[in-house]
Amino acid sequence: MADEIKDIDDHSGIETTGHSWDGIKELNNPLPRWWLYVWYGTIIWAVVYMVFMPAIPALPGMGTNTTGLRNHSDRDLVAAAVADLKEARVEQSATLLEASLEEIETDRNLQQFALAMGESLFGDNCATCHGAGGRGAIGYPTLADDVWLWDGTLDGIEYTLRHGIRHDDDLDTRFSLMPSFGRDNLLSTDQIDDLTDYVLRVSGQPHDGAAADRVADLYQQQCASCHGANGQGDRTQGAPDLTDQEWLFGGSRDDIYNTIYNARNSHMPAWQDRLDDASIKALAVYVHTLGGGE
Amino acid sequence: MGQTTLNIHPGAGSGGPTPPPHKDLYAKREQIYPKLAHGKFRLVKWVVMAVTLGVYYLLPWIRWERGEGIPNQAVLADFESEKFYFFFIEIWPQDIHFLAGLLILAALVLFLVTSLLGRVWCGYTCPQTVWTDLYIWVERAFEGDRAARMRLDKARWSFSKFLRKFGKHVVWLVIAFWTGGAFILYWHDAPTVAQGWFTGEAPLSAYWFAGLLTLTTYFLAGWMREQVCTYMCPWPRIQAALTDEHALNVTYRYDRGEPRGPKRKSESWDDRGDCIDCDQCVQVCPVGIDIRNGPQLECIHCALCVDACDQMMTKIGRPTGLIAYDTDVAVAARAAHQTPPKYRILRSRTVLYTLLIGAIGVLMVWGLATKATIEANVLKDRSPPFVQLSTSDIQNGYTLKLVNKLAEPRQMEISITGIEGLSYTVIGIEHEGAAPLELPVEPYGVDRYRILVSAPAGAPQRQLTISVRDVDTQETDTNRASFRGPNR
Repeated sequence: MADEIKDIDDHSGIETTGHSWDGIKELNNPLPRWWLYVWYGTIIWAVVYMVFMPAIPALPGMGTNTTGLRNHSDRDLVAAAVADLKEARVEQSATLLEASLEEIETDRNLQQFALAMGESLFGDNCATCHGAGGRGAIGYPTLADDVWLWDGTLDGIEYTLRHGIRHDDDLDTRFSLMPSFGRDNLLSTDQIDDLTDYVLRVSGQPHDGAAADRVADLYQQQCASCHGANGQGDRTQGAPDLTDQEWLFGGSRDDIYNTIYNARNSHMPAWQDRLDDASIKALAVYVHTLGGGE
Repeated sequence: MGQTTLNIHPGAGSGGPTPPPHKDLYAKREQIYPKLAHGKFRLVKWVVMAVTLGVYYLLPWIRWERGEGIPNQAVLADFESEKFYFFFIEIWPQDIHFLAGLLILAALVLFLVTSLLGRVWCGYTCPQTVWTDLYIWVERAFEGDRAARMRLDKARWSFSKFLRKFGKHVVWLVIAFWTGGAFILYWHDAPTVAQGWFTGEAPLSAYWFAGLLTLTTYFLAGWMREQVCTYMCPWPRIQAALTDEHALNVTYRYDRGEPRGPKRKSESWDDRGDCIDCDQCVQVCPVGIDIRNGPQLECIHCALCVDACDQMMTKIGRPTGLIAYDTDVAVAARAAHQTPPKYRILRSRTVLYTLLIGAIGVLMVWGLATKATIEANVLKDRSPPFVQLSTSDIQNGYTLKLVNKLAEPRQMEISITGIEGLSYTVIGIEHEGAAPLELPVEPYGVDRYRILVSAPAGAPQRQLTISVRDVDTQETDTNRASFRGPNR
């Protein structure tokens, strides 16, 4: 370096870097030294950090990431924080457990607490299927309207939450089963076609009247025991009302045909195994207040 | 800017010796030993320092009665209850636009002041300037003025030197701690947090922020000083764009000063400038520059060089103001032997800033004066936007937030109108149809109610009016909300 010829800028007397762009040269102005020290500081910090904190991810054959001397784990911290939160909520949870569902809904303080708790629980556990705000989807009932397959009272909702729908591991689960009329060869495809027209007529939609008449007796034999003589449904066994405009699996001709042919029975897990009692009560109140509670 | 400055400046470039080529990639800071100036600007700086520091240290201790259960501190940013108190003004989260307005106002005032008087913010009121000035004052008290400090730094370590240095750092740290401690008083009740801090009962964040601000004050004002302004602060770059050739800036009047040089008593003042190269302006400069080199980024426009130069001019019997607040256009005109233009306060940018400040100020005063004590906010459920009920009616869900800014409980009557045949229910309260309903609202807080509104399908109107009225005072707030239904 010593014998290298320095390029000194005439005007300022400062050495240049030797780089030239369109005749403009860059002055080699030094950085402040404190700035350098800050940089050294960050290097030292990085080393100290690596010693004390988890820093190096798991490499092949290494098993796990380095844990560092402090054995720090965000996962454990979150678990501890959740435990703390539950601890802090013991008192309010206890009042939820003592109060009846009706009391929770009409007492301003309890209601606010239950709704706040229910909203977050619903977002975590229920919204995946039932949609935000209980808007529902094909195969997943809308919870914000007043059409209920089973029971829309506070107690009914709590029961459904606890035991689920067609949840095999719970003997008290709500259970009903529509046969797969087509797939199991119980009815011919012609009969299913005609039954589709029959259901369309019951629900007040455009249909082929002659086809519907042909299967009037068949409907009474095969369907009326659950869906009722007039198609009004039966809540005690979760049979949908066929006369309204609400459809769990869709109300078009193809949808109805498909439902009769395959029978689609959706499931919901029993939440009493997964959530504590206070959570289930809060959720019941929340769902009840979504808009369709009875 | 550098090139033009140098062209109009006979003195620049020839002033100092050409710096030697740098061997090192990193430069050591050159210690600056600002000399104490005497004069009117120094006095202004003392006064500004006393006022700004006084406000900062004492403001949290002022009490202000507001009512039962409401903080009685005059200035308090209460994060826990999400409210900001400033004497008679209360800012709730719902009024956050007032804070935005205040920031806009502050920015515009800064713009206006900069276009009129250059970087006075940097020179007099910037916290970095004020605390650095205070720290230099402490330094001077322990180690003496410029010459004594330079001597002391060169001297070998002795008990006396150690004592002076040690005393200085102790006082610096005390000031720094007082600064960091005062900061946390703005976020909690001052007497409580001050007492709790020393008995170990204050929240962890209070210790953290007090410690953080103690350390930053000590390092920024004690050790970093002008380097903060020169290297770290973005504001000089911005402010340089706001000031212009018509703004009053601390300026060396080269038209009068050049050619400069030392002068003997016997020599005549003819054919030479007034600058006798006494270097006083450089010695008092807290950022270590020579103002005679023209406008520079480092210059914070504190005008201490003006004081130093005026003192010297008086001593040698020449008129003061060789360095003074002046405009670039005036100096350039005099250098070209023209009559300098009169200083223009009214310029398009100053008029624009003033009008904007006035308009926003009027808006904010009007807003504060007419601020309601109740506020109703209606949030419509976004999911689902609507549901069809088995009766074929359409139902929409809403959350009503009722804000009561008074310290007593109130009864609010809610009425919902706008759609033929609507009916509504409030969750948890017995109610039928569309008749008005009274809702209790807690004192000084926000209440939420969930409302379900249903109306016959096919109703032509899609707008609801939700009114809330205080039963006693008749104060009313009216909201509009949309009512969704299936597309027809």
